[in-house]
Parts: sequence; structure tokens; C-alpha cells
Amino acid sequence: MADVATAAGPPEPQAKQVVYCGVCSLPPEYCEFGGTVKKCEEWLKSHHPDMHERLYSQDTINANMSTLTLEAQKRADKDAQKKAAKASAAEARAQEIKASSKVLIKRVERNKRKYVTAVQGLEAHGLELKKVAKDFGKKFATGSSVTKLPGGGEEITVQGDLSDDIYDYVVETYKDIPEDNIECIEDKKKKGGG
Amino acid sequence: MFKKDITPGAKSKVKSSAQRAIRNKVVEEYPLLAPHIDEIIPKKEQLDLVKLPDRVSLYTLGSTPLFFQHMDDNLLPHLSVVHKFPDCFSRIRIDRGAIRFVLSGATLMVPGLTSPGGRLPDPEAEGEDERYGKEDLEPGTVVVVEAEGKEHACFVGVLKMGTSEMKKVKKGQAMEGGHYLGDGLWGLNLG
Ligand SMILES: [Zn+2]
Repeated sequence: MADVATAAGPPEPQAKQVVYCGVCSLPPEYCEFGGTVKKCEEWLKSHHPDMHERLYSQDTINANMSTLTLEAQKRADKDAQKKAAKASAAEARAQEIKASSKVLIKRVERNKRKYVTAVQGLEAHGLELKKVAKDFGKKFATGSSVTKLPGGGEEITVQGDLSDDIYDYVVETYKDIPEDNIECIEDKKKKGGG
Repeated sequence: MFKKDITPGAKSKVKSSAQRAIRNKVVEEYPLLAPHIDEIIPKKEQLDLVKLPDRVSLYTLGSTPLFFQHMDDNLLPHLSVVHKFPDCFSRIRIDRGAIRFVLSGATLMVPGLTSPGGRLPDPEAEGEDERYGKEDLEPGTVVVVEAEGKEHACFVGVLKMGTSEMKKVKKGQAMEGGHYLGDGLWGLNLG
């Protein structure tokens, strides 16, 4: 029973592709229940205009209203305000963390004249390391992967001495990361002359 | 179960034998996922176990959460898995008014399911409503909760009351605990 018959032919991914809101992380149809509706709406409008049209049309809003009694609507409004206040406080906190989180780009000598570049701290800026590692690999046409750090956490390891290029790329691509927070360092192994 | 923000605890690799056991358990609990199990937990990829507060174990693939379990309770799917394979779970539906309560972590009450906007299994269900099944569900069943006017599920948990009783008494607590959109598990940062 637990044995799964493997169907012939190449396996097509069957998972439904779901869009999640870039602001509040919920499926956009649920944004209305969070405290960041305005921002969510802007995000959806610029990223998924078709979905925006559907979810924020007058028809949808009317349909949503009609299922609630006036009193329930009032309570919902009050609730929404509370949530909005909470959300903006949380956002301020998140901003603070982002503003103080450093990104380290480290040149590490692996063998003689063989370098890798380690990049740490991007996750604190809301980036998905796996995806960024892939982008690095594509951009610089080299090996790039996410590796675990011995003390917990993860970093991106890029093959080759690319500190400066990565610095420029990060500054250019992730405009939310303050340039002052990005630091290039060199992890030098002491070696005998020669 | 995850009303507060949570910080993931220790992460460890799941042994291949244990990984096989988890795959079997998933298929056993959710037979409709069987055709998709290789897509959800690819044989060659490494599952991780992340310890969460209050004795909850979370199984992840890289930074993607898949299933979680409180002690030896039911193995529950993360809502992102539910969103990917919505047809593979027992489903019920709450009315629109109940959504904001569920999303704030309140116990799901029966009236939200028995009102005109709610849906429970119904032998006479037709069309769109057939997705909610025709046969009543027993207490203890893992169900996914969808919402009136919404495409995606907002909650997954275990039934506290059977659906036939819900239809009879029309009040009381329907489900408790569980995982809802926007809760600590949803917001968990797995790097
Ligand atoms: Zn949103």
C-alpha cells in the first residue's frame, strides 16, 4: 500500500505554483486580513497586475462586503486597524535589524593561488541564499553553493577570487542593503615565503 | 500551536532509514499524496529535522518546510505543501466571517463551518462543493480548512468534533491547535 508505483515517462512536476505576497508572505487573497494591505496592494499591482485586477476590483470588494453584517464589518475594521499598528511596529523592527546586519564578503585561500569567496549575512536582508547562490553562479559563470557554517547558519561559497565583483553585484542588485553594511575581508593563511 | 513567533532550534540530518519511514508515514496518512511523494520528498535529497519549541519536530528540505509533528501526534503538512497539492487532503470550509479569527489564532468554532458560507462533507454536494467530500469525517482526522471566497487553504489541524455531530449541534469547538496562515510556523525563517 505504501509502495508507490512509479508512473512511466518523465515525471512532470504536479505541484501547483502559488504566488505569495512579497510584503506579508500570505497568498495575496488573504492580504486584506493583515495590517499591510496598502503595501500589499502596491506590490501585487507591480508584480502581478492580472491578479491585482481580480483581487482588488470593485466587484470583489462588494462581494466581500455583502457576506458580512454591518456590525461584523465594523468589528473587522477595528481589528484591521489594530493589525495595521502591530504590523508597522513589526516592520520598523525588521528595518532596524536589516539596517544593522552586516554582509561579509570574504576571500579565502584554499590552495596556493586558489581562492573561494564566502558571502555571509544575506539572509538577514530577507534573501533566500539558495536562490542568490544560483544567481551568483550564473552571473559569474562559476560554481556557487550554500554551505553550512560550523557554528550554525549558512553562507554562500563561490569558486574563485570574486570579492570585488560580488561586492559590486550585491550593491547593484540588492539596493535595500546599505552599502556601508557590506564589507570585503581577506581570510589569509600565513604561509612561508615563496 | 504557533501563535507566537518561533525561532528554529537545532537542525539535524534525517537518516535515510528514518527518511524512508517518514515518506511511508506521509503516504499512509495522506494516500492521495502517494503519486506526488517523489516530488515532495525526492529520494535523493536530504531531509532535515528542525526542533521547534514545545516538542514540535519540523521536517524540511533545505529551507522549505514540509511536515511537522507535535510529539507523537499526527504528522501535519505545512500549508505551503497544502497549497501545492490542495486536492490531496480532506477539506472543509469556513465562512468569510471566521477567516480573521482563524488568522489570529483563535480556536475554530463550529458555527463558522455550519453557516451558509461554510462547508462540511455532504452526500448531496455537487459541482465545486464536491471537493469537500461526501462522507463525514471522524474526530481526530487531519483536515485542511479553506475559506469562503478564497482559493487557498488558511488552516490545517485535527478535528476535535466529528462533522456529523457538528451538523447536529451547530456549536462548540471544531478544531484546536494546528497551523494557520501567518502564524509562527508560517513566518519561520529557515535561512
Ligand atoms: Zn500581502
